[in-house]
Amino acid sequence: MTQSPPAVDPDLALVRRAVAGDYGAFEELVARHDRSLYTLARRIVGSAADAEEVVQETLLSVVEHLGDFAGQSTFRTWLVRIATNHALKVLRRRRTHPVVSAGIDDDERLPHPHYIAPWRKSPDEIAQDHETRELLADAIDRLDEKYRVVFVLRDVEGLSTEETAQALGISEANTKVRLLRARLMLRERLTSAFGDRARQVTSAHEHEAEK
Amino acid sequence: MTCEELLKALNDYVDGDVAPAICREFEEHLAGCNPCQIVVDNIRKTIALYKAGQPYELPEPFRARLAQTLRERWKAKFDSPPQP
Repeated sequence: MTQSPPAVDPDLALVRRAVAGDYGAFEELVARHDRSLYTLARRIVGSAADAEEVVQETLLSVVEHLGDFAGQSTFRTWLVRIATNHALKVLRRRRTHPVVSAGIDDDERLPHPHYIAPWRKSPDEIAQDHETRELLADAIDRLDEKYRVVFVLRDVEGLSTEETAQALGISEANTKVRLLRARLMLRERLTSAFGDRARQVTSAHEHEAEK
Repeated sequence: MTCEELLKALNDYVDGDVAPAICREFEEHLAGCNPCQIVVDNIRKTIALYKAGQPYELPEPFRARLAQTLRERWKAKFDSPPQP
């Protein structure tokens, strides 16, 4: 769905008080966002220890720079951008080889859906199963990080294409292609776990693509 | 539409983001293509699942350390510097 501008940012009042030195207001802001920030970090960087570092660095940045927040986005989006920067730093630190250039995404063939079946249960029902968290974490962790980050920002956090592109320093076109790849790969992996094998279908396109 | 074009349209279709001409062509295709309908539904459910996923709780030792660290940084920033 396309992003519409936020009506009123629910965090604005707290931000103003915090900027004025009210620590209780800052604590309230942290309480509102810490779990989701930690979850965002866990999804992007994987390890709990690294996620803790991301959350701590993010909130320390907020202490230092809250006065710079000018309301051009929601506070949440601003927070997510800072957290993303710290998460990307962690990912860069891990890399032992230079990253492939951004342009290659457009040239590679998209991963065509292979296993196609309706899911046996609804997302809400599946989300309640204890094994689901492991499965989701595993599926997202297997994604190349450049696809993983776009999926987390666009689909989980709800940032717009423009906001995501800016946060990552890539083009909007690239953001869309990476999102598509992430969605197709996650769909494939999750459908093989949750799909109803009895109702599996074959896509006619598979044959067309091979011509 | 070719397979590649369909997949690209699928992305925008899920987002409700498609130019009317492509949307119509894709919807026409979708009306007659059960596998594609299932793929669109799979993707929507995939997204919903990650959105609905239980948030991770902060480990308690980390939460305590974090509160301490933030309080100290806050004091350092907001307490008035000593008079010269």
